[in-house]
Amino acid sequence: MSSPLSLFVPEPEVRPGGVPDFTNVHIAPAGEVGRPPVDIDPSEIRDMAFSIIRVLNRDGEAAGPWAGLLSDEQLIEGLHHMMLLRALDARMIIAQRQGKTSFYIQHLGEEAVSTAFRKVLKKGDMNFPTYRQAGLLIAEDYPLEAMINQIYANSEDPLKGRQLPTLYSVREQGFFTLSGNLATQFPQAVGWAMASAIKGETNIAAGWIGDGSTAESDFHAALVFASTFKAPVVLNVVNNQWAISTFQGIARGGVGTFAARGLGYGIPSLRVDGNDYLAVHAVGLWAAERARRNLGPTLIEYVTYRAGAHSTSDDPSAYRPKEESAAWPLGDPVIRLKAHLIAKGVWSESRHVQLEAEMLDTVIAAQKAAEANGTMHSDNRPSARDMFEGVYAEMPPHLRRQRQESGV
Amino acid sequence: MTRMTMIQAIRDGMDVAMGRDDSVVVYGEDVGYFGGVFRATQGLQEKYGRNRCFDAPISESGIVGTAIGMAANGMRPCVEIQFADYMYPAYDQITQEAARIRYRSNADFTCPMVIRMPTGGGIFGGQTHSQSPEALFTHVAGLKVVVPCNPYDAKGLLIAAIEDPDPVIFLEPKRLYNGPFDGHYERPVTGWGKHSDGEVPEGHFTVPLGQAKVKREGRDVTVLAYGTMVHVALAAAEDTGIDAEVIDLRTLLPYDLDAITASVCKTGRCVIVHEATLTSGFGAELAALVAEHCFYHLEAPIRRVAGWDTPYPHAQEWDYFPGPARVGAALTQTMEA
Repeated sequence: MSSPLSLFVPEPEVRPGGVPDFTNVHIAPAGEVGRPPVDIDPSEIRDMAFSIIRVLNRDGEAAGPWAGLLSDEQLIEGLHHMMLLRALDARMIIAQRQGKTSFYIQHLGEEAVSTAFRKVLKKGDMNFPTYRQAGLLIAEDYPLEAMINQIYANSEDPLKGRQLPTLYSVREQGFFTLSGNLATQFPQAVGWAMASAIKGETNIAAGWIGDGSTAESDFHAALVFASTFKAPVVLNVVNNQWAISTFQGIARGGVGTFAARGLGYGIPSLRVDGNDYLAVHAVGLWAAERARRNLGPTLIEYVTYRAGAHSTSDDPSAYRPKEESAAWPLGDPVIRLKAHLIAKGVWSESRHVQLEAEMLDTVIAAQKAAEANGTMHSDNRPSARDMFEGVYAEMPPHLRRQRQESGV
Repeated sequence: MTRMTMIQAIRDGMDVAMGRDDSVVVYGEDVGYFGGVFRATQGLQEKYGRNRCFDAPISESGIVGTAIGMAANGMRPCVEIQFADYMYPAYDQITQEAARIRYRSNADFTCPMVIRMPTGGGIFGGQTHSQSPEALFTHVAGLKVVVPCNPYDAKGLLIAAIEDPDPVIFLEPKRLYNGPFDGHYERPVTGWGKHSDGEVPEGHFTVPLGQAKVKREGRDVTVLAYGTMVHVALAAAEDTGIDAEVIDLRTLLPYDLDAITASVCKTGRCVIVHEATLTSGFGAELAALVAEHCFYHLEAPIRRVAGWDTPYPHAQEWDYFPGPARVGAALTQTMEA
């Protein structure tokens, strides 16, 4: 006689009302994980998928073999970018509450990932982002006003009102058109990289995906194509612990880490402290160099925490303790970089407060400029005529008839 | 002009396109060294190298997804889905991605690519090697949908599709690869050797997308068909002696409304034929268009002949397939109405 089977359904350790406890999360000390040569045999670094590369320690010092790649000026610039992104998010959430836009996606707690990674790419490289990588634009000084025009869907919206707010497209800055459905961009990134190799060019691609979306079959399609064709691509998994209300254990299953997903494909897979600007940059650079040297793809898991709501349509207090964010053991990326710069003697509390105010002023100025072009519900929206344009290079007869019928 | 089968014409179309433009790449399952299960890509890898023609992992979503990325990076991929029945894992990439890259990015990015798929039945392929999913693509804004029915059109349309700035679904009726098929399965198989549409120009030429062709002029009734059903409709006209005007749509999206209305307004009667299942099939769209644009010229109800609303069966293939007897009966009924 065998006993009856039972189904295992994973649950996070704490729900609202409980006390967050991350003591079971193993965090390797900063500087502990080695930095192998980029041409190492992937089979020799399989353990890196289960550790975590960190540079900044609790005292704000940069430690270990991944440290020392950025100048003080570059670090201060990185702090600028993270704080500008944070200020933009704060203002846009208010703008959404004021009815100036329908929807917004913020980055709170994850600012280091996209802003630091952008610095390892060169002109001509291409990102295939998710909606939580606007830092890729911020770190390249893409005009805030253009972003807000898109968010407001006003008369100067570069995408003519066709896209949900924050789903930017900026080819010029290596930012592929955002989709809004999930994981589709991952095989596209691999294909873009394959084309670069077919043409014998030098540009590389970076794919982006969240922890939850790694469960999509497109994630695995991307990995098998990247692995088979040794595509010059960096495959970035941003593990921010939460896929809307679903904790990362539902997508992760029994494997332990998301980085480990790459091991079955023979792809070097690294895990990094995503709230550590220096670590994100250093690991991204390592992976980008592998791609540029035609050594093939790298998978990177950024361990971070979505401190804010998934979107303006979400209320996380319904599914996780409010205190969880503060208890998160990897801290806040802005505070950690600030502490590092202060420890180095190149930054101060007063300069930080001043920069915060400057970033807010910058956003408000851009916001005012954008508002002059209209907001979501003002009259100067993209026209109904724009709706019919651009479905095809040339408007086919049936669409022409429908446009006429609509009277625009 | 050279005599070609449809499979040779399709291969030649890719060959011509690859020879003229280094950005054209061809890949899919079994497509590289072996040359495809239907031999459509035979010799292309040898001629253009593994970087231009290669085998893909069995992952339709990966094939189309990577092709979208390649198209965004200046290539013109022409990928093969081994059977149209296998396209469903790629449906998200096709409908929500390829079809909308231009629109959603306001032409910041575009997606010039062709997805070739053998379609339709007649080869005892059972339910997963016989489907005609064209209506699942004609329902999608941003796609173009092409169905050739002979070697001449197959080559000309394929080159036009590869050169098109937008994504094209290229459905190849597999029963026509090696010869015309009019649905008289009991008769000996014929090849393209003696068929007038088996004469194909050498080198580069195109058949423009969006243009139908009158395959048989007639006064009594218009038959709207595409793919294998063009041949079936021609046979039905011969079998019944009804003077039908048979129109091969060739491109379903964008469709050639002028050709459709000109013919139906002339004959006053319309029979629509497709192999795909009836309900919500492309025939429903055609019937609606005819009703909207030709209503006061109609002398009889519009009639549709299609595959039954069942999965494509194996042993009952000829009970399912809308052959010349069913089409002929519809013609007769339409004339009697």
